[in-house]
Amino acid sequence: MTPEQIIFLISAALILASAMMVVITRNLIHAALWLVSALFGVAVLFAILNASFLAVVQVVVYIGAIAILFIFAVMLTRKEMRDRGSQTRSSWWLPALLGVLILAGLIFLIFGQPAVNRTAPAIPAGVDPLRLLGSALVSPDGYVLPFEAASVLLLSALVGAVYVAIGRKS
Amino acid sequence: MSIPLSWYLVLAAALFCIGLFGVLSRKNAIAILLGIELMLNAVNINLVAFWRYLDPTRMAGQAFAIIVFAAAAAEVAVGLALIISVYRRHNTILADEINLMKW
Repeated sequence: MTPEQIIFLISAALILASAMMVVITRNLIHAALWLVSALFGVAVLFAILNASFLAVVQVVVYIGAIAILFIFAVMLTRKEMRDRGSQTRSSWWLPALLGVLILAGLIFLIFGQPAVNRTAPAIPAGVDPLRLLGSALVSPDGYVLPFEAASVLLLSALVGAVYVAIGRKS
Repeated sequence: MSIPLSWYLVLAAALFCIGLFGVLSRKNAIAILLGIELMLNAVNINLVAFWRYLDPTRMAGQAFAIIVFAAAAAEVAVGLALIISVYRRHNTILADEINLMKW
């Protein structure tokens, strides 16, 4: 066991346990807080994978913005949350069965692949992934078009969210 | 980097299935969105792991993960706005009570 493997296993256990709590806990505020914990574990994984920019974005955007947005939404719709009986459908075993089946199938497929136990190649000397990512996102032969499309998507989501959530005076 | 690629893939598969279970089994619309977030994160783990393990000098995986971030942010903003709007009009956010458009 190398230190990297130990860190991976700890954060994987954190992610999976928090994700289970997100889907089974009854109090939605607690579910949103468990989501923060799971997202933080994913950020640790990004850091292990040398994706430093994504690790920071995970903390800033996901934890800082999206999870807080969830907590706001839970608070705004608070009344319905806790005191209406079970939070899951009566036939919850059917999705559970489906999830277990899909997981078994995925694991079967993953270990059927030939190169699945490969370890990561070393990053070549003099190559900075962060610098490469920055130039790839804005260079015309890179990903400038998807990047701009994402900006337009965010702008339209902003306008749409404001339009939908604003109260009509009637 | 002594972690085999399969560890990441199995973790992402398990996270995706937990998210799927949450989406399908929860009644509350906000909890359904929480499950979708878990699924999107599983996809991101896969994308970044493949980027790192196949060719770290080609940035397709990370660029795609950034697009997923943007799509997730947009989805959450619009989704929560819709839920709050529905809550204001119908006073419920339970998914099976929002049946105005059900035929």
